[in-house]
Amino acid sequence: MPKQPRPESVYFFGTCLIDLFYPEAGLAGMELLQREGLKVVFPPNQTCCGQPARNNGYQDEARKVARLQMDSFPGDWPIVVPSGSCAGMMKTHYPEMFEGTPDHDRAVAFSARVYELTEFLVDVLGVKLVDKGQKVTITWHPSCHSQREAGVVEQPKALLRQLTNVTLVENPREKECCGFGGAFAVRQAEISAAMVTDKVASIEETGATQVVSGDCGCLMNITGAAEKAAKGFKGRHIAEFILERCHGR
Amino acid sequence: MAAEASKMEFGAKAHVALNDPKLRANFRRAMDGLMTKRAAQFADEAEWNALRARGAAARANALAKLPELLEQLEANCLRNGIHVHWAETTAEANAIVLGILEAAGARTVIKGKSMVTEEMHLNAHLEKHGITPVESDLGEYIIQLAGEAPSHIVMPCIHKNKTEIAELFHDKIEGQPYTENVDELTAAARAALRGAFAGADAGISGVNFAVAETGTLVLIENEGNGRLSTTLPPLHIAVTGIEKVLEKLDDVPPLLSLLPRSATGQPITTYVNMISSPRKEGEKDGPKAVHLVLLDNGRSRVHGDTELRDTLRCIRCAACMNHCPVYTRVGGHTYTFTYPGPIGKLLTPQIEGLDCAGDQPHASTLCRACADVCPVQIPIPDLLVRLRTESVRPTQGQAVKGAGSSATTSETLGWKGWTLLYASPLVYRIGTKMLGWFGNLMPSSAPMLKQWTSVRTKPKFAPKSLHELAREKGYCDE
Ligand code: SF4
Repeated sequence: MPKQPRPESVYFFGTCLIDLFYPEAGLAGMELLQREGLKVVFPPNQTCCGQPARNNGYQDEARKVARLQMDSFPGDWPIVVPSGSCAGMMKTHYPEMFEGTPDHDRAVAFSARVYELTEFLVDVLGVKLVDKGQKVTITWHPSCHSQREAGVVEQPKALLRQLTNVTLVENPREKECCGFGGAFAVRQAEISAAMVTDKVASIEETGATQVVSGDCGCLMNITGAAEKAAKGFKGRHIAEFILERCHGR
Repeated sequence: MAAEASKMEFGAKAHVALNDPKLRANFRRAMDGLMTKRAAQFADEAEWNALRARGAAARANALAKLPELLEQLEANCLRNGIHVHWAETTAEANAIVLGILEAAGARTVIKGKSMVTEEMHLNAHLEKHGITPVESDLGEYIIQLAGEAPSHIVMPCIHKNKTEIAELFHDKIEGQPYTENVDELTAAARAALRGAFAGADAGISGVNFAVAETGTLVLIENEGNGRLSTTLPPLHIAVTGIEKVLEKLDDVPPLLSLLPRSATGQPITTYVNMISSPRKEGEKDGPKAVHLVLLDNGRSRVHGDTELRDTLRCIRCAACMNHCPVYTRVGGHTYTFTYPGPIGKLLTPQIEGLDCAGDQPHASTLCRACADVCPVQIPIPDLLVRLRTESVRPTQGQAVKGAGSSATTSETLGWKGWTLLYASPLVYRIGTKMLGWFGNLMPSSAPMLKQWTSVRTKPKFAPKSLHELAREKGYCDE
């Protein structure tokens, strides 16, 4: 894990899903960084990491959008991303996508500056959290791309374990995909439905009242299905969840 | 698989499978068990990483030198007394096998487990010409009785539970009383197969690894049927895809350690057969003649693309399917073609063409569970993305079969619109504002939303975007 000196300023990449559907998670992420004394900058030209186009086979389109992101974060500060999926895309796929193009070097340099939010909080900032919240039982849902592309596995749990009033119960099927997969949820709607139904059941079996995740795609999928089936748990983005605990809300 | 069935779309077949609770339970139980067993074998992360690096290197090396190694394999096999045949298509391979059998006057054939003969639909071909092949692997025997295709590449009848097998045996084996006692069922199969082994004119098997350096065919199995099929009858025909070559004997041990551990969680299989020649002077057993049929069937085309070539590293351990959340839900028959699961989604469209199996690379969330467990480090999800790309925008000169077949004007336009929105900050600002206004007014029955809301509530656009909130809170000024 790259340990680097604590920077004074960071960029924040909001992700398109957070921008339009879960802005509070984005704000919470920025506040968590600010609480550590960092200057947080949200470049207004940013849009989306380009993953939807890449994953559907539209590479030129993905590169166009990726180039805009690379232009939008001109300084050499770290780029913190509140999503393992988008962080994984920027870390592992940007250099591949620009292989053999004039943008390759800058893609490599850009990807080296990308951190998933919990990775940055733990590995770079070494945050210490003080839990001011009520007792609660939660379970963790890692996105597939955070685990297997961004390589973020332990950090979010390490953060959650710092919260003294939070009981973290393991979901034995934690690592299994929730069935979101972007266009997959529409192209293979029935398989996706079966996967998310199983995921919701596995979360319910843990007895947790909240499922916490670092990825809003999964959250949209899981909480949408839980809500439709009137299940007794809610979903939260980890940034929002942690910030609320720190505020005692 | 009959041509009719193969026309049925992946999605339609998935629909049938998803609505079969027994099938879903069978797969879930079986895959959970296999995942646990595999995990126990590779508990030591460092050992796993080192071993799979060796395995991947051995396979990658063999593929890098494939043409030379195939020539070397042929020369060494010939020197050892093994006849070698080359087949470009499955039709050619079927004709070669039939020709060998007919020349030897063989009427009955006993078969060890072999996926490549499934790829060829060899049994149907032989039956059409009056030759009866009997599958001797227990799982294969069961699905042959049931008239089905394998639903898994290592455990072909994993889609069936004990009760279903008990019913099948009672129906299909003469004089077999109904019993769910596993020992009795196995004994019934054994009794039936004994006769078939004894009377077989020829044995047909697959090959796990073909070693170029020595001209040795390596065959692993658990039931002894592979050994019997390749030693008891006077004639043995081994069939393999051209990619199964290894450069040297030293490459075998790491792969021999990886394959069964990844497949069934066994440290090693009960039988490891290394066949290097027909029966020699003074030897008491073994066939009088051994033939090796090397099948291309599109593999050299795959090999020609240095990225997609990694597909051919596969050692058919099935770990990717055992860990695939899609395979676990729908089972192997949904994939229609011979190879199911993640490797099938990769191999099938390259062999059969994207025009005919182009939906398969999309039947994945790219969750990477397959890549995580693949013992030879095939980057399956990245190659699936490559195939998705080929299906809409073929690479110049080195196109995959059927490339470009799913480029539709509406989809291309859709992505043009997407790019317009996300590649320009101004359009994004205005566009997303409008999306937010109108998006929440869209009925759940709108196209795409309809699929989403079948089991989920409709996502709600936030009243203010993060862009707006960040500006208001002063995060946008550098
Ligand atoms: S792709 Fe990898 S995991 Fe899947 S069957 Fe082949 S070797 Fe095994």
